[in-house]
Amino acid sequence: MPAVSKGDGMRGLAVFISDIRNCKSKEAEIKRINKELANIRSKFKGDKALDGYSKKKYVCKLLFIFLLGHDIDFGHMEAVNLLSSNKYTEKQIGYLFISVLVNSNSELIRLINNAIKNDLASRNPTFMCLALHCIANVGSREMGEAFAADIPRILVAGDSMDSVKQSAALCLLRLYKASPDLVPMGEWTARVVHLLNDQHMGVVTAAVSLITCLCKKNPDDFKTCISLAVSRLSRIVSSASTDLQDYTYYFVPAPWLSVKLLRLLQCYPPPEDAAVKGRLVECLETVLNKAQEPPKSKKVQHSNAKNAILFETISLIIHYDSEPNLLVRACNQLGQFLQHRETNLRYLALESMCTLASSEFSHEAVKTHIDTVINALKTERDVSVRQRAADLLYAMCDRSNAKQIVSEMLRYLETADYAIREEIVLKVAILAEKYAVDYSWYVDTILNLIRIAGDYVSEEVWYRVLQIVTNRDDVQGYAAKTVFEALQAPACHENMVKVGGYILGEFGNLIAGDPRSSPPVQFSLLHSKFHLCSVATRALLLSTYIKFINLFPETKATIQGVLRAGSQLRNADVELQQRAVEYLTLSSVASTDVLATVLEEMPPFPERESSILAKLKRKKGPGAGSALDDSRRDPSSNDINGGVEPTPSTVSTPSPSADLLGLRAAPPPAAPPATSGAGNLLVDVFSDGPAAQPSLGPTPEEAFLSELEPPAPESPMALLADPAPAADPGPDDIGPPIPEADELLNKFVCKNNGVLFENQLLQIGVKSEFRQNLGRMYLFYGNKTSVQFQNFSPTVVHPGDLQTQLAVQTKRVAAQVDGGAQVQQVLNIECLRDFLTPPLLSVRFRYGGAPQSLTLKLPVTINKFFQPTEMAAQDFFQRWKQLSLPQQEAQKIFKANHPMDAEVTKAKLLGFGSALLDNVDPNPENFVGAGIIQTKALQVGCLLRLEPNAQAQMYRLTLRTSKEPVSRHLCELLAQQF
Amino acid sequence: MQFMLLFSRQGKLRLQKWYISLSDKEKKKITRELVQTILARKPKMCNFLEWRDLKIVYKRYASLYFCCAIEDQENELITLEIIHRYVELLDKYFGSVCELDIIFNFEKAYFILDEFLLGGEVQETSKKNVLKAIEQADLLQEVSYSTSLLY
Repeated sequence: MPAVSKGDGMRGLAVFISDIRNCKSKEAEIKRINKELANIRSKFKGDKALDGYSKKKYVCKLLFIFLLGHDIDFGHMEAVNLLSSNKYTEKQIGYLFISVLVNSNSELIRLINNAIKNDLASRNPTFMCLALHCIANVGSREMGEAFAADIPRILVAGDSMDSVKQSAALCLLRLYKASPDLVPMGEWTARVVHLLNDQHMGVVTAAVSLITCLCKKNPDDFKTCISLAVSRLSRIVSSASTDLQDYTYYFVPAPWLSVKLLRLLQCYPPPEDAAVKGRLVECLETVLNKAQEPPKSKKVQHSNAKNAILFETISLIIHYDSEPNLLVRACNQLGQFLQHRETNLRYLALESMCTLASSEFSHEAVKTHIDTVINALKTERDVSVRQRAADLLYAMCDRSNAKQIVSEMLRYLETADYAIREEIVLKVAILAEKYAVDYSWYVDTILNLIRIAGDYVSEEVWYRVLQIVTNRDDVQGYAAKTVFEALQAPACHENMVKVGGYILGEFGNLIAGDPRSSPPVQFSLLHSKFHLCSVATRALLLSTYIKFINLFPETKATIQGVLRAGSQLRNADVELQQRAVEYLTLSSVASTDVLATVLEEMPPFPERESSILAKLKRKKGPGAGSALDDSRRDPSSNDINGGVEPTPSTVSTPSPSADLLGLRAAPPPAAPPATSGAGNLLVDVFSDGPAAQPSLGPTPEEAFLSELEPPAPESPMALLADPAPAADPGPDDIGPPIPEADELLNKFVCKNNGVLFENQLLQIGVKSEFRQNLGRMYLFYGNKTSVQFQNFSPTVVHPGDLQTQLAVQTKRVAAQVDGGAQVQQVLNIECLRDFLTPPLLSVRFRYGGAPQSLTLKLPVTINKFFQPTEMAAQDFFQRWKQLSLPQQEAQKIFKANHPMDAEVTKAKLLGFGSALLDNVDPNPENFVGAGIIQTKALQVGCLLRLEPNAQAQMYRLTLRTSKEPVSRHLCELLAQQF
Repeated sequence: MQFMLLFSRQGKLRLQKWYISLSDKEKKKITRELVQTILARKPKMCNFLEWRDLKIVYKRYASLYFCCAIEDQENELITLEIIHRYVELLDKYFGSVCELDIIFNFEKAYFILDEFLLGGEVQETSKKNVLKAIEQADLLQEVSYSTSLLY
């Protein structure tokens, strides 16, 4: 039982809570709750004369049940009734219920708003505050519409009580945050600013929050707040610790208000008025001075409140970034905190110093703390503090200390927490590139990264090292030598094999003169890793091998032998099989010249924002850009290390490194000019997806492949298709289709092209064509953001029996979709037999670290496989009669949803797929159509008749087919179109 | 502040206050995630952590954890003292407050919070003023108002 039962004890409630607490199991608890819910429901339903106390008690019980985590779907009306009770506690409980369990039922909202309106007009401050609290707690747009205009009036009215003003200010703040358009600016704004002068500290505290929020959008309207805020702050800072009575907190005068005022000042540049500025600087100095004074209390509350003001002061100093003296003092203060025994202070000091490091005035001062920070990285026991230390090292890094910082970070990486390894890897990779004076150091560092934390080296990082090596011929020989040595380790990470494979394929010739790394040695070293690697790496190595044939003709026979081996040519993986087949043919049919042209050294990559930097920014949000600030401060770094030219524009084309590895569907960035024959060959070798040709015939690459007669007797279509449909996630693994899925699907019943789906992140376009029982669909996934999507995987799922009715083969698409880029996916579709439900398209990806998933219905409906049939009236009626069994007919009478226009209707029916037959129906207003649905297993003849009734705005649609479910299904599909 | 959660060492949620609009499903997900994260932390660790794009400030008082989510530019230390002041208010009102008081009088815990914080911002920092408002309400509890009297 409760220790105290203050206020109005509700015995029934206390007993119920005790019961719940005594429940031994979850099941018992649910049972008890269900019993109570039944009881309350019957009380609410049955006894009309339920008194206010009981109503309050039951509403309170419902609230308790809801807060335990159970759903509550009734009681709202009773709670609304309590709002108009004339007993305070009943009203209060009613408001609490409404605040916690908002319901968007419009009738209820009208009643709630009515009750609030009455209370706001009541002139009873306690009631007014309750109503304002409710608005602030709910903060919905509906409430904004109803009250946003009234609240400013209450806020600045001369006769409003202080407590009402406080609630009104914060209530308005919440409404403004939710729907800024609803809060009208006006003459009240000037009066709000003057609340900063109010005698009541509570009113000032509430008003500052409101002004801070409003002035961000309308800085000029609130400009006068600067001088008022400064003078208020100055009065607080200079007051003795007891002056402010109850607003003093553990000997610190008005800490909350001080922090809020300092935050408000951060919305503006330094004050222009010299007197105001002088006074402010004095305040800031006072705060810094006080930090050096002995504490007035040993309580942690005292030091926290004092330091909260200090940190906010430092934030303001950093924000102004114009007072070198204050910046250096701030830095020294933070330096003291770096070794404080309070973990919280060390954490905050590291965090705050990160921003100081990017100021030109304090960068050097921050750098003096490097040893302390490195020590923190090694010894802090809390991972979140170590993370801050790593952030700070990154922020304070420049050319003078880069080698030290990078080597410390590498050392830390060996024992670092798994949670932050990837980030450290990215940071090391960026710093190594940015501050590399000689590129051999850069190459060493990246290879070290792979050695120490290979699993955390993302594609971006090793793509980047390849780009840099490709672009800088002074480091290519060194890189080749170093990877060759690294690959000799008995166990080396797969990423090392990838980098090694690529670099040796391009630049292996630079070390081939040394007998210890002669071509055959290089090849056998790489090939010794081959069998342990994943498919993607093996695919890359196969490309290296064909490059070796070009670079080192003496390896041709050995490599052809490898390519010819059954394990390659008959590999279960189509990608490997295709590469082996194509490379083998290329090496045997192409002349040396053609081979040299096709396999020419990669052209330099265009300079653009480093993809690693972009990745780090995505991981860390805008704050991670401090490396960018560095390069702004140190423009010379751009000249030497052009690779990280910071451009604000985002990468809009797929990363070129993706192309160079030949694993992506996009063509290579720069196809060297060649004879037309060789040009075709190039496409065939490098593109592993069909080009966007809307043709159903075999595409050139299919022909190329079929001429080769691949040893695995598979159809050319299957070769291009995803080899493992069985690996697709089952329907259990994907979410249900989005609510609009059916509506989106309906849009495509009568058309084949268009935008299937669009939200803020993603656009999915469709282009499809169907012939007989076959179809090909192109899906275009457009990334609408400026940030790369990762782990992008669209899959097609066949729920239920669909697997046996419809075959859909998909090509895999690139796992990354760059900001602004579009990727294409090709689907080959075969209708095996009639089907009712469309396949599902499940799209999953990570956007800025957050997983996104989306399930749509693929616009493949049975009518897509319609073949129109022309026939004369006589034939039509004869067949119509043949299909007269009741189950063969489906009919629907429905209201027109769109204007009844004969031309539009015609177009829709044609789009639906049937032929339109003129002069069949005696009534010229009616439409008659015929067609055959083509499936692999059977054909279904269909006849349809649509009778519009313009007067009643109705249609009657009749379908007759030889198969009962088809009639019904077509009828349903078509009826939704008009 | 975006939200405040109170939960026990066993992970039971005792109070939740949301200053942003979220679906019930999302609220439950956030709660589950944070309760797990915080309960897994060791006692001497710092009271702040980064979570999604928010900062979490939490502190344990006896068997209860108080946890606030604040935005990037908000002040961690002052938030820590918001928590402390709220605990003081509860303590003063209930007289050496314990978890049971909050369980059995959850509605009072909400009322006190509303007087102290509104829309995620500190409304009134004076302990006296907050408690005065609550006590006034308690006095009013069974007094009947006839609406006509108010005009």
